Amino acid sequence: MKSKLLSLPYIFWLIIFILIPTFLVVIFAFIDENYNFTTKWIIESGNYIGILFKSIYFAIISTLICFIIAFPIAFILSRSKKYIQKTLLMLIILPMWMNLLLRTYAWMTLLENNGIINQFLNFIGLGKINIINTPYAIILGMVYNYLPFMILPLYSVMTKIEKSIIEAAQDLGANYFVILCKILLPLSLSGIVAGITMVFVPSVSTFIISRMLGGGGNLLFGDIIEQQFIGSTYNPYMGSAMSLFLMIIILIIMWITNMIDKNKEDRQGMLL
Amino acid sequence: MMKFISKAYLGIIFSFLYLPILILIIFSFNESKNRAKFTGFSFKWYIELFSNDLIMKSLFNTLLIGFLSAIIATFIGTIAAIGIMQMKKKNKSFLLNLSYIPIINPEIVTGVSLMMLFVFFNKIFGLELGFITVLLSHITFCLPYVVLNVMPKLRQVDPSIYEAAQDLGCNPKQAFYKVVLPDIMPGVFSGFLMTFTLSIDDFVITYFTSGSSFQTLPVTIYSMTRKKVNPQINAISSIIFLVVLIVLIVINLKEEKKQRRLKI
Repeated sequence: MKSKLLSLPYIFWLIIFILIPTFLVVIFAFIDENYNFTTKWIIESGNYIGILFKSIYFAIISTLICFIIAFPIAFILSRSKKYIQKTLLMLIILPMWMNLLLRTYAWMTLLENNGIINQFLNFIGLGKINIINTPYAIILGMVYNYLPFMILPLYSVMTKIEKSIIEAAQDLGANYFVILCKILLPLSLSGIVAGITMVFVPSVSTFIISRMLGGGGNLLFGDIIEQQFIGSTYNPYMGSAMSLFLMIIILIIMWITNMIDKNKEDRQGMLL
Repeated sequence: MMKFISKAYLGIIFSFLYLPILILIIFSFNESKNRAKFTGFSFKWYIELFSNDLIMKSLFNTLLIGFLSAIIATFIGTIAAIGIMQMKKKNKSFLLNLSYIPIINPEIVTGVSLMMLFVFFNKIFGLELGFITVLLSHITFCLPYVVLNVMPKLRQVDPSIYEAAQDLGCNPKQAFYKVVLPDIMPGVFSGFLMTFTLSIDDFVITYFTSGSSFQTLPVTIYSMTRKKVNPQINAISSIIFLVVLIVLIVINLKEEKKQRRLKI
């Protein structure tokens, strides 16, 4: 027990399988096939800047929708009876344990032009909607898949908000809006921050949801990166340059959320 | 009024979460391939599923990788956590921050960076993408979760009890096995379970590091969804849903039993 050497295998592992690969991405982004320094991959990635912005835009929209849906749920959950809380919490976690591919596949069949939703709309006389292979389908997929990631951290901070604080505010004449702005939002800040990161990061980097629900015409940045590594246009240099962009975006997000939420100890607990 | 609204709201959101899965399960019993009309009840797709060699083989691979990576990651991670506890604050926080990289990084970046490392390994050692590379990558993304699960339990261990055991004649090894290990066991166990589920659920990192010869279940499912309609996927979903449901119910019941015992 008195030995620091016990962590040596772990340190080696971190160096070989985490540090070196990360450096490989950075190095490959700046070299050409003959190992000379070049910025051409970074410049060429600039051609995809529109797709990058599109990915960020989609991720922001779905994070926002997740937040709007999840906030009331987390609040209702945190105020309900203990055994109801437990059951509902289990029901929220359950779909998370299903593979993302299966959950997305479910929507793929639902949204089809001849799928169940369209059959139903036809039946009640509303006609068809064309949603599969559009950006709407992608955002729907993101919200569906990542909603629990927003609900859970929000729920765990809200259970710590005492009932008496809200009651005191009500006694002193605060209406619902004031309670929301002055009590609920500030006190659940660390949960909001954790939820935003947990929804935004997988959304901005996805290639499965856009591929399955967006068809071929709605590629996101993750799809472009995937194409550089798998398939005929193998180009790890270009792929590394793009991955670097993605890493920088994530760093910026982490930096912003750290600024908003100074209480870091709390947040680390939330991430797990 | 408020109560009614909140109940209705919960109802809407939970149907949003569950209706797609429910429909998926219903259509796994459909006789035809039609995904919008139920033409008749049959177990056809389940029978086809269990006689599909590719799926059975990849299921086996998934469980094997999950088990091996969870065991290895739990071992390395647990002893690492013990070592990290002894470190000075500065080194400790540096290592823990490093551990957060694979948790924070998008999966696709972890996947491609590992793939590049293995391509590099291939040039030097001739290591092909396949079972070994998938196992190595799974251990990599599992390790931090073990460390972060065990650390809080270690912090709760009172060092004076460990010293007391030694004063009473235990050697350091015995003292560790008899005093410290039982205390941190819940953390070790939850680390193991967490890494096992992370491993069997992973698609993205496996996709980039598995090459063409070795497939886990999620990778097989992905290639199935790329092709045309296949109700076997519905059958897989229903089985996985059932398994997860049972596991969650068992965990919940066990916890309740434990709590009831504590109350008495």
